[in-house]
Amino acid sequence: MSKKRYCMPDPQAAITDEVLMQHIERESRVIDLGCGNGRLLEKLRDEHGCSVQGVELDLSEIYACIGRGVPAILMDLDQGLATIPDDAFDLAVLSQTLQQVRHPAAVLSEMLRISRRALVVVPNFAHWKIRQQVLLSGRTPVTQSLPYSWYNTPNLHFLSMADFRELAEQLNVRIVHEIPIIAGRSRRRAWLPNVRAESLLYVLERAVSRNDAASV
Amino acid sequence: MANDDSEFQPDGDSVGLVETQFVTLFEAPNQLCLESGVRFGPIQVAYETYGTLSPEKDNAIFVCHALTGDAHVAGWHAGEERKPGWWNDFIGPGKGLDTNRYFVICANVLSGCKGTTGPSSIDPETGKPFGLGFPFITVGDIVKVHSALVTHLGIEKLLAVIGGSLGGMQVLKWAAIFPDQMASVICLAAAAKLSAQGIAFNVVGRRAIFTDPRFNGGEYYDDPEGPRYGLALARMVAHITYLSDVSIEDKFGRRLQHSDQFKYDLDQETEFQIGSYLHYQGKRFVERFDANSYLCLTHAMDYFDLAEEHGSIQQALERSEANFLLASYTSDWLFTTAQSLQIVSALVDGQRNISFVELESSKGHDAFLLEIEPLEQLVRPLLERTRKEIDDRRVAEARIRGDGAMNGGDRVE
Repeated sequence: MSKKRYCMPDPQAAITDEVLMQHIERESRVIDLGCGNGRLLEKLRDEHGCSVQGVELDLSEIYACIGRGVPAILMDLDQGLATIPDDAFDLAVLSQTLQQVRHPAAVLSEMLRISRRALVVVPNFAHWKIRQQVLLSGRTPVTQSLPYSWYNTPNLHFLSMADFRELAEQLNVRIVHEIPIIAGRSRRRAWLPNVRAESLLYVLERAVSRNDAASV
Repeated sequence: MANDDSEFQPDGDSVGLVETQFVTLFEAPNQLCLESGVRFGPIQVAYETYGTLSPEKDNAIFVCHALTGDAHVAGWHAGEERKPGWWNDFIGPGKGLDTNRYFVICANVLSGCKGTTGPSSIDPETGKPFGLGFPFITVGDIVKVHSALVTHLGIEKLLAVIGGSLGGMQVLKWAAIFPDQMASVICLAAAAKLSAQGIAFNVVGRRAIFTDPRFNGGEYYDDPEGPRYGLALARMVAHITYLSDVSIEDKFGRRLQHSDQFKYDLDQETEFQIGSYLHYQGKRFVERFDANSYLCLTHAMDYFDLAEEHGSIQQALERSEANFLLASYTSDWLFTTAQSLQIVSALVDGQRNISFVELESSKGHDAFLLEIEPLEQLVRPLLERTRKEIDDRRVAEARIRGDGAMNGGDRVE
């Protein structure tokens, strides 16, 4: 029996809609990739006056979205976002999903093709409790945020804050904000974030290429 | 399209006994100006309705039928012909289109042969059937007649228009030319234009009719036989396009009709079960359909090109504030998911309210008629939500209007 070996806050719950909404401009056009039952988009529409679009893999969640009046498209992020035109959105949101797609780099690139900005929340696998568990038990950590055994996890990729920064640089993506989520709250500044954050919220933009910059 | 011909067992959740109704529209001098430039009228429209129109007239849903459908979409008719409506499983009390809550309308299309004016109708000028003298009809023309019927019924705005295949094309065109006439748009197994492959099949079907010696240039109404072999062949070819490789395999496989062994007889036309089935479908079809109507409607389908007609799909639909719902089916190769996604793309780009799903089915193009459960799951919340939005808007408007008169008092409804 694989008992949970220790508990840390579930990032799915910890990243509340409020945290996400703080970083989403009012009246912007937002696409949520993996929108679930459309709860966040409904709030954005009703409270922030946003124009919203959901994308979801699970058909039953689409029914729920439609019932909320949140338009949603059944789509597998791993099949690409070719249906969504270039620059169709001000912001693309991807919360706790990047580590679960087959090609995270491709998804990030696609997000910044269809949208001016991207808001990405990823779990930080370099959190000190995970480090401690790996070190002490010598086994793949099973935690409340990672409640899966290594053989049945939806999480295909394990990344840390440092890893994400590296990928962003490779993809020529500019990190506008990097916000550690500690104990369910977003922190503008945090001491040792790559050790203490359970999740990270990134606001990303296409970096202006050197050629473009020179011609300005 | 490939309606099941099984005997109808009246069930408890059926709308029950229904009758087709008729109305004459576009009488002189208000004839319909067809897209071809011809002015045409009067037009008789055959339609059926189920359920009750609400006092606010905000619960009406219009069903657009496909190529060979008719106004009889639910319930059953009196007399010998006790066949259920073609979407009876989807429409009725407690069903996907719940007639306890909604008022459902379906009309036979212009140039059809089931009560609405078409090539088999009598041309008042000659006293004889129009035949090929019937004007060329487009999807837009069909929709203009639907729209006039809705107005005639005293309904300003439909809660929804819904249709699959050629019916889905009508739905899209309707949203493009009368964007204010519906609050939601449900388009199933359709496309903004028929593919070249789809046109190819229609060409073969029409060829089969034209080359039937009894077609006689469309003047066959005095002939009890008429171009029945040509029309049956057209149907057989078309019917294959409504199925999928898997559905044919599952239903018939390579099984033989009357024996376990080949007969080695070149004269055997229906040795395989699938052959026998297609022959049967062809035979049944000619009993209920007119060859000239088939020519008209396949032409309308071939000509339809929403982007061409309006500059782009996005421009065609940019004036619609409706809630759009599109669905395609995995095994449909006549109207593919890729074609639906072109519409989705345009609607996302145009910031319209668009939901889309590709539904799993092995039943090919006919899936939209047969896969009732996922359709109900999609359509129910859409209709409920859309009606709530209409209600909310009405309450808000009444409050604005009422505030002055009622001195900020009670809610006006």
